[in-house]
Amino acid sequence: MSDGYASVRHRPAETCKNIRRCHRATVINGLTTMITETLSSPGIESRHSMTRVLLKWGALAALVGAALYLILALYAQREFVFAMLFLVLTASAVAVFVSKKLYAHRYIFPAIAGMGLFVIFPLMYTVGIGFTNYSASNLLSFEHVQENLLSRTYQSEAVRYDYQLYKTEEGYVFWLEGEHQNLTSTPVDLESGERSAPVLPVSGKPQGEPLSIREIIQLRGELSDLTLITEDGRELSQASLRSFAAIHPQFTLHDNGSLTNNQTGVTYFPDQETGFYRDGDGNALSPGWTVNIGWDNYLKVVSDPSIRGPFFEIFVWTLSFAVATVVFTLALGLLLANLLQWDQIRGKGFYRTMLILPYAVPAFISILVFKGLFNQNFGEINLVLEGLFGIRPDWFSDPALARTMILIVNTWLGYPYMMLLCMGLLQAIPRDLYEASAMDGAGPVNNLFNITLPLIIKPLMPLLIASFAFNFNNFVLIALLTGGAPDIIGASTPAGTTDLLVSYTYRIAFQDSGQNFGLAAAIATAIFLVVGALSLINLKLSKIKV
Amino acid sequence: MAMVEPRSTKYRVLASHLGMLAFIAIILFPLLMVISISFRSGNFAAGSLLPENPSLEHWYLALGIPYTGEDGVTTQPPFPVLLWLWNSIKIAVVSAVLILALSTTSAYAFARMRFAGKGFVLKSMLIFQMFPPVLSLVALYALFDQIGNHVSWLGLNTHGAVIVASLGGMALHIWTIKGYFDSIDRSLEEAAIVDGATTWQAFRYILLPLSVPILVVVFILAFIMTIMEYPMASVLLVDTDKLTLAVGAQQYLYEQNYLWGDFAAAAVLSGLPITVIFLYCQKWIVGGLTAGGVKG
Repeated sequence: MSDGYASVRHRPAETCKNIRRCHRATVINGLTTMITETLSSPGIESRHSMTRVLLKWGALAALVGAALYLILALYAQREFVFAMLFLVLTASAVAVFVSKKLYAHRYIFPAIAGMGLFVIFPLMYTVGIGFTNYSASNLLSFEHVQENLLSRTYQSEAVRYDYQLYKTEEGYVFWLEGEHQNLTSTPVDLESGERSAPVLPVSGKPQGEPLSIREIIQLRGELSDLTLITEDGRELSQASLRSFAAIHPQFTLHDNGSLTNNQTGVTYFPDQETGFYRDGDGNALSPGWTVNIGWDNYLKVVSDPSIRGPFFEIFVWTLSFAVATVVFTLALGLLLANLLQWDQIRGKGFYRTMLILPYAVPAFISILVFKGLFNQNFGEINLVLEGLFGIRPDWFSDPALARTMILIVNTWLGYPYMMLLCMGLLQAIPRDLYEASAMDGAGPVNNLFNITLPLIIKPLMPLLIASFAFNFNNFVLIALLTGGAPDIIGASTPAGTTDLLVSYTYRIAFQDSGQNFGLAAAIATAIFLVVGALSLINLKLSKIKV
Repeated sequence: MAMVEPRSTKYRVLASHLGMLAFIAIILFPLLMVISISFRSGNFAAGSLLPENPSLEHWYLALGIPYTGEDGVTTQPPFPVLLWLWNSIKIAVVSAVLILALSTTSAYAFARMRFAGKGFVLKSMLIFQMFPPVLSLVALYALFDQIGNHVSWLGLNTHGAVIVASLGGMALHIWTIKGYFDSIDRSLEEAAIVDGATTWQAFRYILLPLSVPILVVVFILAFIMTIMEYPMASVLLVDTDKLTLAVGAQQYLYEQNYLWGDFAAAAVLSGLPITVIFLYCQKWIVGGLTAGGVKG
């Protein structure tokens, strides 16, 4: 490789017969060698490049060090997927920035890494979650659940002391009266946040008046956090406003993995099928952990009537919404584009600016504006309708009207884009075609269907598919306008008649109390398949050359 | 132009003008209405397009100034709109700069260099660009939760997370810039390289100055797209004073706390600059947008 570059470089330019080809060879072969040449050339330059090399390696080493720390920390926390992700990222970064062969990849690495980290990895991770029962009730890993249960404690009624609290100059002093012995504590500075204190057996009460119950209630926050430790290491905590009792660990772990509840004596066995500790009767212990449940989420969508019904209703609405949006916006956009292309029309600049205004206003603002305008009670649209026709449609509580409203708003939002597309494409149609058709006496309608449409449909198709895919997943519109309302009756998950599949998954994952991430991810996976198929078709249709 | 015109043309032109003006009137109704509502007093007032008793109360509140009405009751601003706008602009500027820097260098490699897997990477980028991030929000949430445990300024409820997450959508910009680079003759750079310039120098001192127009377009596009991003910011940001405008604005229209007039003023205040930028740059933006089919 270095030969290729050096030879071209040292040859006088005029001897190179085909300059262009020579130059191209230079570019391709010389990419990697130039760095080495600069580095190895003698003199001042080399000292300068030495610092650069040192800097470069120093920065690389620092980055790798930071990344390795992150990876080890994740590994220690048993987050293997994330540790693996960052390991792959760091390794490829090092490979790309060290290897001379991969010089060109240095330029694309940050962008590719960004896509990998924030598009491809989340996508694969979501597909993975679809096969688990990850949800609010099964949020943690098995190890974390076990840790959580083993750290629980309970207070035994057997070892119990009534207490009185005395305020002294050094702090608060506890006086504990038990069945067998009385204890007193060293002064505790409750206000400054002391959380534990030793107690010793004594015979006599402290001096002075004990605090009243009202003063104790004022200290209840501090008291409930306080642990008193006896001479034999037993821990006492507040059991009621008047008593302290011993704390015991709630569960004991056995070698076979089972847990025994020390208070009730019930033994729980880990059930790795459902992700819960269960006793002999099958009663589950909360919290559960995340386990792989195979195709259960998908089966649930197909078999559970309270999910299947809403799912298919939403699916059909999503499809019709996306198709209707594309048809309406295209029809309107094409009509307006045709008018704007017409030579006879004056003031095109004015019309054009006015017509693309809905596109220029940020969508999150115009959607909310429509939400307010369509409001059933105070909205201006209903005021106008009532004034003109005496009707007040229930835009947000009647499913058919809510869907109509969504289509109106989305057509308003989307037609300028189609208009701009069509204007670009119409300009490419040769004018003499229309000239010829006018000679033959064809009207505008004939022109549209026999000249315009056949000529623009081919370049338009990929853009229409992209628009379909975009609207199929038009989350922002639904989330801001209706939030999915009105709800579908009889659904066990949150599901609305105006929900699109994508807002449906969002609600299952983030708005439902159960937070069924697994089910949401399974539905998201199904949407991935639809989107993937659409984009493959699109790639084929648009015949992109790379 | 020697076009054959039927006799009815005159009436058709007139009808077209009338039709378009009527259409524009309908289209602009919501926008004009919102401007009008922002000047009405109270949050439930009905009235005509021109408010009878114009009041600036909503504008005071939108600008963060407490308003004292004629009845002597002082209203505090319900939400920190200017702070949200500032958050949005901050996030959008930083991510637009990052997106511009990273996608320009990538586009350079894709346009000028030959390397293994180039076609495959370019095509995959086009495909993955169509997957909306809202579908993998659970995974993104978990990802930033994990990162945040170790790097606090990139965790949940930070602007860093939103900025970094926006880097996932660079494919469109890379394609736009690559298309522009492809249209520039490469012989200039080749001549520079023959004269001893490094690849980086050829890129930095020759190609970049020639590409300023497309870089401006991509910067504005990336800026507007980040300002309008809703799903990711709505999951990643929690605290009221950290929200972006796109996430915060909806809080005006909750059923329990319906602040229609306050919303109108805030919407005009924050929407107007973005609309003006868009209209001003529309000539350049449209070309970039139509290439990818991102909106509408």
